Amino acid sequence: MLRYLYARELRNHEKLHDTMFADRARQFHGRLGWDVTINDRGEERDEYDALDPLYVIWELPDGRHGGSMRFLPTTGRTMAAEHFPDLSGGRPVRSPLIWECTRFCLGEGARPGVSAALMLGGAEVGLGFGLSHALGVFDSRMVRIYRRLGWPPLVLGSRGGGRDAVSLGLWEYSRAIRRHLLRKAGISDELSRHWFMRAFGHLELQRIVG
Amino acid sequence: MQNRLETIIDCMEQARSLDDLQKEILRLRNLFDVEHLVYHSVNSTGEQYAVLTYRPEWVNHYIAQGYERIDPVVLGCYRRFNPVDWKRLDWSSRVARAFLNEALDSGVGRQGFSVPIRGPQGQFALFTVNHTCNDAAWARHTEKFAREVILVAHYINQKALELEGENQPAPVRPMSPRETDVLTLLALGYSRAQAAESLSISEHTLRAYLESARSKLGAMNTTHAVARALTQGLLVI
Repeated sequence: MLRYLYARELRNHEKLHDTMFADRARQFHGRLGWDVTINDRGEERDEYDALDPLYVIWELPDGRHGGSMRFLPTTGRTMAAEHFPDLSGGRPVRSPLIWECTRFCLGEGARPGVSAALMLGGAEVGLGFGLSHALGVFDSRMVRIYRRLGWPPLVLGSRGGGRDAVSLGLWEYSRAIRRHLLRKAGISDELSRHWFMRAFGHLELQRIVG
Repeated sequence: MQNRLETIIDCMEQARSLDDLQKEILRLRNLFDVEHLVYHSVNSTGEQYAVLTYRPEWVNHYIAQGYERIDPVVLGCYRRFNPVDWKRLDWSSRVARAFLNEALDSGVGRQGFSVPIRGPQGQFALFTVNHTCNDAAWARHTEKFAREVILVAHYINQKALELEGENQPAPVRPMSPRETDVLTLLALGYSRAQAAESLSISEHTLRAYLESARSKLGAMNTTHAVARALTQGLLVI
């Protein structure tokens, strides 16, 4: 199921929390060999995790992490602005309607639908909060994934070439994309809506006021 | 709508003082066709600035009672960056319900849409549109203007910070490990008593750490101190 949790809330889901940071270490340090910091608990964390970001997480039936990504508003600190300024020509993308998505991670042996489910979670966030685009830095291995999912980004800039290419892109939110991702992920409209509403609450004021 | 919004933003652009800005903010009430709106900013030195259309008696009462400590809108928004419909906030406690009823009796509408803004150096602002109508009408209304409200919220905030210009935030004084511990536990939702017990200190000592952390962060209360420490990346939770 899809979970939408701020860092502060994720702490209360110990298993999900621990397995997410462990999977991130496995993916970004182990498999991809990125220059990331692993703490003594074997977790990959960076300074942006300390800014109370919003995580979209695919939770497995046993409560473990199946895949995740992280959102922060581009009106604040972003990886694109601080680590990849050249990709936007030195002028960072900043808009109240654009949040940056980072640390797209899949758990080991994730079933094929998980990428689509995560992208769907991203689309729910965008449409649910009136956003226009997601911003993200991605490497060449992701290009194929985005294309296969049918939601390729608009590329703003790239560095390097071939397998080492790193690019900055914008993903435009639309209802059509949401419908498409629902199909790809094999998740019903109602279920996805339910997961989102559960995370961001829904209480009838009328009932309280009487 | 788009054109009228642009006109107001153009006028805001010309604003040379917070008074000018206030006039433009109040014009937005007609643009969004709502009864009330509120812009409330707390900067990094704890100074507050607000433009709002609620009845003055309610505003004074709210301030005198320190209602920001229990207001679900403030509590909910400090800890998020997503815009929220008030119906999605946690009104379940008895205190929150009593507060809500009092607010409604004082002319606050039952429908609200709030945009939290995390500004530079721990500045925090909240822009709210508030109205009285049924849920279905409000859903249509917010669907129509959510983006404009978000944009205008950030625009106002940027302009207000610019006009406060010379008010440069004081450099942050580093917090002691104990102060960090206290804020971290509170950020995790511990009560003061639970936090004191976990740290094996008395509640009295905890309050002292909390107060020194609050003053170093230039925060107006505990919630604000926790929010500011979080946004400045001083806590790892």
